[in-house]
Amino acid sequence: MALLEIKNLTVAFDTSVGLFKAVDGIDVSVEAREVLAIVGESGSGKSVAMLAVMGLLPSTATVTADVMTFEGLDLLRMSPADKRKIIGKDIAMIFQEPVASLNPCFTIGFQIEEVLERHMGLKGRAARARTIELLRLVGITDGADRLGAFPHQMSGGQCQRVMIAMAIACNPKLLIADEPTTALDVTIQKQILDLLVSLQAEHGMGLIMITHDMGVVAETADRVIVQYKGHKMEEADVLSLFENPKSNYTRALLSALPENAVGDRLPTVADFKFTDETGAAL
Amino acid sequence: MTEITPTATERPRLAALAEFWHYFSMNRGAVIGLVVFAILVIVALFAPWIAPYPADQQFRDALLLPPSWMEGGRSAYLLGTDPVGRDMLSRLIHGSRYSLAIGLVVVTVALSVGIVLGVLAGYFRGWVDVVIMRVMDIILAFPSLLLALVLVAIMGPGLFNAMLAIALVLQPHFARLVRAAVMAEAGKDYVTSARVAGAGHIRLMIKTILPNCVAPLIVQATLSFSNAILEAAALGFLGMGAQPPTPEWGTMLASAREFITRAPWVVTFPGLAILITVLAINLVGDGLRDALDPKLKRS
Amino acid sequence: MLRYILHKLALIVPTVIGITICSFAFIRLLPGDPILAMAGQHGVSPERYEILKEQFGFNMPIWQQYLSYVWNVLHGDFGISLATKRPVLTDFLALFPATIELALFAMLLAVALGIPAGIFAAVKRGSWFDQLTMGVALTGYSMPIFWWGLLLIIFFSGYLGWTPVSGRIAINFFFKPITGFMLVDTLLYGNWAAFVSAVRHLILPAVVLGTIPLAVIARQTRSAMLEVLGEDYVRTARAKGLSPSRVINIHALRNAMIPVVTTIGLQVGMLMAGAILTETIFSWPGIGKWMIESISKRDYVVVQSGLLLIALVVMAVNLIVDVLYAVINPRIRAR
Repeated sequence: MALLEIKNLTVAFDTSVGLFKAVDGIDVSVEAREVLAIVGESGSGKSVAMLAVMGLLPSTATVTADVMTFEGLDLLRMSPADKRKIIGKDIAMIFQEPVASLNPCFTIGFQIEEVLERHMGLKGRAARARTIELLRLVGITDGADRLGAFPHQMSGGQCQRVMIAMAIACNPKLLIADEPTTALDVTIQKQILDLLVSLQAEHGMGLIMITHDMGVVAETADRVIVQYKGHKMEEADVLSLFENPKSNYTRALLSALPENAVGDRLPTVADFKFTDETGAAL
Repeated sequence: MTEITPTATERPRLAALAEFWHYFSMNRGAVIGLVVFAILVIVALFAPWIAPYPADQQFRDALLLPPSWMEGGRSAYLLGTDPVGRDMLSRLIHGSRYSLAIGLVVVTVALSVGIVLGVLAGYFRGWVDVVIMRVMDIILAFPSLLLALVLVAIMGPGLFNAMLAIALVLQPHFARLVRAAVMAEAGKDYVTSARVAGAGHIRLMIKTILPNCVAPLIVQATLSFSNAILEAAALGFLGMGAQPPTPEWGTMLASAREFITRAPWVVTFPGLAILITVLAINLVGDGLRDALDPKLKRS
Repeated sequence: MLRYILHKLALIVPTVIGITICSFAFIRLLPGDPILAMAGQHGVSPERYEILKEQFGFNMPIWQQYLSYVWNVLHGDFGISLATKRPVLTDFLALFPATIELALFAMLLAVALGIPAGIFAAVKRGSWFDQLTMGVALTGYSMPIFWWGLLLIIFFSGYLGWTPVSGRIAINFFFKPITGFMLVDTLLYGNWAAFVSAVRHLILPAVVLGTIPLAVIARQTRSAMLEVLGEDYVRTARAKGLSPSRVINIHALRNAMIPVVTTIGLQVGMLMAGAILTETIFSWPGIGKWMIESISKRDYVVVQSGLLLIALVVMAVNLIVDVLYAVINPRIRAR
């Protein structure tokens, strides 16, 4: 049984110009201990699909799917209260803007301990000890001194480490990382990626890495889903994707990488025409 | 400058206007406010023709009559009469002229003074800025109505002095806005290039910088318009604004106060007129702010 | 934090000096001879004229007059009221608690109703509750409160007979003030009937004075809340599996309160302006009524010092709000 199983997921937004389908009939499945990358340009609906799983979309969004299960539990028909027992505990998520994702009014200690209290019933000294341990796990060694720090007193990289500590606090079975390194300095990006991969291996988590960066895909993923304008273009294991891309769009993406450029002009994906898996033009 | 410039800027300006109207007209409250305000303007402009009687005509046989639909009311006096037998409706209709004139005069004075001071402070910076803004701080440190009262006490009660006092009290908001906008704009490339091209100080400010802070100024002017009406009515109510028998709504309320239990309508209608006018203008102001504020537009 | 407070204090100094200059200039700006202007139609005898001239120091050079004025003010000498012949400060301190009591309850009402209404309207954005609340709030914001007070008197005092029309307490109760706060004093004397009477007298004026702050706070809370609810950290809080009430009341509200506190601070000046009208309508014996009566009685010594004292009070409250702002905003506090 897959850890997360999604079939025919559609997310539509009610906008002033009519219904807009951000995700249109997508299947995703992740096994335990697997790293799945979802690749696409901005606006391809890759984040939206995962936000739908987490139940974090605004009320203007309509989510429909044939199947959406986590460890066999039906996420679609679950009560919001029951879902909140899974969200943040068994499925955790980190985001693109680490500084903005932490609450500026509360210390990082408070924000991590809050999860521990919510899902593990840890309070006071026990929660503090576990928080320091979590901070050490994500590479913040002076955790005890940092508990009282506010997000604005820390760098972007450190904030992302705190976000990761918060996400792994309850030993989740699935971690969704939404462009976790995009907002960070290039030198920090690698550190965070390495951290995520090593944590995934140590804790045996499933990891969904949402990214637009083929480099990140190559470095981390076991399996890849390529998404474009809300449609799935291709799904393959990482080696065959790079060596033998089946869809035109993937080829376009790969040829848009600077190191693959031929001639004196870097192609963009707009230079190509695409069809989805069924062959319908987009 | 070539001949092309005006036509080149006309298009985007029209488009911006169309876009503004699109957002403004989507706000139901704002449109209602605008319609009410337009009706008020028409009423004020044609008051002598619309009103059944002159504002100060007394009917000795009809003192303190209730509105026509109440027992004892007469159809000749739709909203009843006041203690000295003047038709309430006619006085209210004439009163609209005062309220709108107050708003117009106060905003014009406050806006002009505020723009001049704000531009001076924001453009020259240094001690000019310090002096002007300190003075603005001092004005804002006093509760507005209290300062207006004291100013009127110095200048003597009356509608004109009340308007001047209110304009002075409201003016720092404009100065602050303009100063901030000028300081934000003055550092931008297009201003530098205009300066390099040899534009003089005055020309630079009027032609280049000011048009870019029009939106917040319009919103502030609208809010000040309604504020001015409220404050003038309050001064009138306290006996320091327009003097009886002027049919200014606040002044009417003041002279009606003693009949509050015997004839509630002489108290009810002038206040209702103030509320409706101010509410209509504030609805328009809210609509303007939402339509002009690009930050809210996106949501 | 300390540096922030010192910085705010330093900013206030020139304004305070400016305020003293304004109130100093006030009497000298009166048209004609200031002493004759103050004396009004009764006129003054030549001897009294000389005494007053001496008292105000009108025969000194202007800068000396100013310095001696500031000197006196610093020593708590705000002059003698022409009408009551008592020191202005004595009258002010006797009347001020009445205004504080009124303003405090008005603000309490505004905060207690405005913040929840604003939160709820933001959370249920676009619902009938949101539209109704914001409609009512804009109406309240547009309200000529002197008329609103009269309407409430007509309805609650005239028609229903529930509330008294004027004053702070029924005339059959008399207390020597202890704190000056009627609600506290009646309880200190242990007189329950008097306490009830004081509450009944307080309700309508507090509602009237609280109307505009209530409207402003509800509107500001809603817009601050709407902005905060779209922030990334609120999404993070929901991603932690926290309950909606915890997300809103802890994570969102704490951030939304930062601009709201500033708004509340700005309402203090409005409250003093509103007190003038409210106290006039309800014959509430506070400093607002005192000021307006002094203006009409041409008791310009009172007007001058009242202006100064009220402005100083407003500045002091604004300073407190600034400190409060720093306390709830970690970006300033933890610097």
